[in-house]
Amino acid sequence: MAEKDKAEEAIEPINRLDAKSIALQAMLPGIVSDFKVTINTAFDLVVVAVEPEEIKQICLLLRDNDETAFDYLLLLCVVDYEDYLQVVYHIYSTSLKHTLVVKTNVSPEEPSLESVTPVWKGADWYEREAHDLFGVSFNAHPSLSPLLLYEGFEGFPGRRNYEMPEYKEW
Amino acid sequence: MVDQDINKKLDTVQMMVNMGPQHPSTHGVFRMVLAVDGERIVDVEPHIGYLHRGSEKLCEGEIYVQIVTLFDRLDYLSNLNNEMVFCRAVEKLMELEIPERAEYIRVILCELNRVASHLLFIGTFGLDVGAMTPSMYMFRDREKIQSMFEAVTGARMMHNYIRIGGIKNDVPDDFIHRMKSLIVELKKGLEEADKLLSFNEIFLARTKNIGTMSAKMAIEYGVSGPSLRASGVPIDIRKDHPYSIYDRFDFGIPIGEIGDCWDRYYVRLEEVRQSISIMEQALYQLPDGDTITPTRFLLRPPKGEVYVRGENPRGEIGVYMISDGTDKPYRVKVRPPSFCNLMTIKDLLIDTYVADAVVILGSLDIVLGEVDR
Repeated sequence: MAEKDKAEEAIEPINRLDAKSIALQAMLPGIVSDFKVTINTAFDLVVVAVEPEEIKQICLLLRDNDETAFDYLLLLCVVDYEDYLQVVYHIYSTSLKHTLVVKTNVSPEEPSLESVTPVWKGADWYEREAHDLFGVSFNAHPSLSPLLLYEGFEGFPGRRNYEMPEYKEW
Repeated sequence: MVDQDINKKLDTVQMMVNMGPQHPSTHGVFRMVLAVDGERIVDVEPHIGYLHRGSEKLCEGEIYVQIVTLFDRLDYLSNLNNEMVFCRAVEKLMELEIPERAEYIRVILCELNRVASHLLFIGTFGLDVGAMTPSMYMFRDREKIQSMFEAVTGARMMHNYIRIGGIKNDVPDDFIHRMKSLIVELKKGLEEADKLLSFNEIFLARTKNIGTMSAKMAIEYGVSGPSLRASGVPIDIRKDHPYSIYDRFDFGIPIGEIGDCWDRYYVRLEEVRQSISIMEQALYQLPDGDTITPTRFLLRPPKGEVYVRGENPRGEIGVYMISDGTDKPYRVKVRPPSFCNLMTIKDLLIDTYVADAVVILGSLDIVLGEVDR
């Protein structure tokens, strides 16, 4: 018995959810039941992994639903896991004060996603940055011109396989 | 009949005006291409990235204790706040306990940092609208804070003082005494600025009802910090999601009414008063004890990911860190407050005058080092 308990403890992911996140975790499956999602936790936040095709609809749903009311985009970033690129959205509700992480995976060859700028205007520059550094293209984005890099820059410096140009002293 | 003819003859042509990247009013290397119709701005194209150093990518190649110095260099006006948010991210993942005394000293210095940043804002914002004197007064007061930092941390700007697990070293023996006299001087200096600038007729004419940001727009764009609170949204991470020991202090969150340039200015001025109040309470409660929980030099936090939020003078700074269990983080992503605040510039500038463009940009209080990272 004791051994079994120990084994279960070992595989248990770190879970430090506060009351708001626990409530959110319980409420979410009912709200996103129309979509193919997996709900998980990462440290103190609830994580929803979604299909890349459905990202915009889910974001719209999460924003407009009165129980979730995620009206504030905290952070949009891309993480390169070599086999796939993960686009991570940290969203927050200014009225209900809870936070949620939405994740979706895209392939590194031709990564493309639906833009969430119609949902949160604040996604604009984050998506341009992701396009610059990771080469993720966002459909229906107003303009994906280079933001942080200069025009005509080759390669995606945010990715892990990007080779830094060698520094030469003249 | 005659009037129509005159209008035809005086038909205006749109003109493109380039502002920056080397322009004293852009507070760094920021470039705007303005399409103007006479004096009125019809379109704006902001260009950033002149200062892009790839800080986030650099973090992937450094060990945890080295990254603290990279966070110093994001924003030269809020170094300690930035250090603190990164250290908190690592501490949260490792579930480290921080000694009481270290927490208090962190809060005192972070609030002092906020005061220094806001004082600089008041000075340079005065300069943007044409008032020279406040900038002199504010730089004088800020210099006192900088020498205080030098006494405590050993450096004026790039401190590397807040470490993972606590702080570098204990404060000097005369710290409390010096802080108390510094607070008296700061209060006096702030009242001077308030009397000189806040209700000055010309200042009001230049800033009232200029660059109005509605609460809805601010939330849509993810604006944070004083710029968000000026629009009447009372969101402050120190109050809503108290970190460190901020729940032990009694302080208010100043909010504005309509979110114009004057509101953004006055919210910051009011925030200085609140910060001073926090410092006074913290100095009164300051306990004795250790200042650091010893950790290994080569830290290896457990596998996992963490998102930490903190209130920076410019807004909400967030750190999203993924650890793969080695001595270097797998990915570090910063939520830069200035980046989100600057995104609104296009909507704020359209349909205003060219002369107001400088004032509106100044009122957002951006630091380009943090926008570009």
